[in-house]
Amino acid sequence: MIVALFVVLATITLGGAIAVALDRNVVRAAVWLLFTLLGVAGIYLLLGADFVGATQILVYVGGTLVLLVFGVMLTAQAPFMQLQSHWTDRLAAIVVAGLIGSIAVLVLWPGLPSGTAREGSLPGTAKLGEALLGVEDESQFPLTNLPIGAARNRPRTAYLLPFEVISVHLLVVLIAAAYLARPRLAPPPAPSQQAEEKP
Amino acid sequence: MNDLGPTPLLLLASGLFLCGVVCMILKRNLIGILMGVELVLNAAALNFAIFARFNPAFEIEGQVFALFAIVLAAAEAALALAIVLNFYHRHGTVDVDAGRELKG
Repeated sequence: MIVALFVVLATITLGGAIAVALDRNVVRAAVWLLFTLLGVAGIYLLLGADFVGATQILVYVGGTLVLLVFGVMLTAQAPFMQLQSHWTDRLAAIVVAGLIGSIAVLVLWPGLPSGTAREGSLPGTAKLGEALLGVEDESQFPLTNLPIGAARNRPRTAYLLPFEVISVHLLVVLIAAAYLARPRLAPPPAPSQQAEEKP
Repeated sequence: MNDLGPTPLLLLASGLFLCGVVCMILKRNLIGILMGVELVLNAAALNFAIFARFNPAFEIEGQVFALFAIVLAAAEAALALAIVLNFYHRHGTVDVDAGRELKG
């Protein structure tokens, strides 16, 4: 059952990703990216990471993809504009694809030890929130099955500082984006328009 | 989940990474390149979640860092699109080959 679900989701995800990489039309690539992102969200749910899957749908599909489509619309010059890639770029793409693919297959082909996958879903929103705040309850969550004995004595994980850093980072980035994308009072004429106006 | 094992999932994530890198190389449209970056970041976050599932000691850490990667990717997309809009205002196109001012 899980294997069948995984095959369906992997087909959607990888097919969408390949189409994103190879489709020359940006709008169509955005639609393929939608399938890929939804497929990855499905994989998260399959892994039991419910909150991450929900965040993936909310942030990526609801936010980033809409942003990308707006970007496509704001910078469109012609309805079906396509930019051809140079043959050197295609050659580089083939070489890099072969290299990365062969590395991945060589590393993963012997198969990893399957480990002891936890049954059911991963720790949910409450546990994640406790971990972010660093108020985790040790008695309910014994630190067993650690790979290294020394790691057993580590201080409990608290992600309050990274959480704050990321919050401030998000604020700074959004202010910077609003500053960069502000409307110009006198926009310089585009070179393509100049070329059209001369004759 | 035990009958699946981590290997097919990791192969899927590396395939996603591969498609992202190929997308970044092939596209001349700035927004297309941004889509490739999104694919690569998705593959990285997916790896975190996979290891959260198959190593019980890191089931919190993997999810937390997957969340961080998703949030940072959203911030990066917003900033990159602002830069793309500036590029478009300046050059009248989104072709990356048009930005040659800094070429030596």
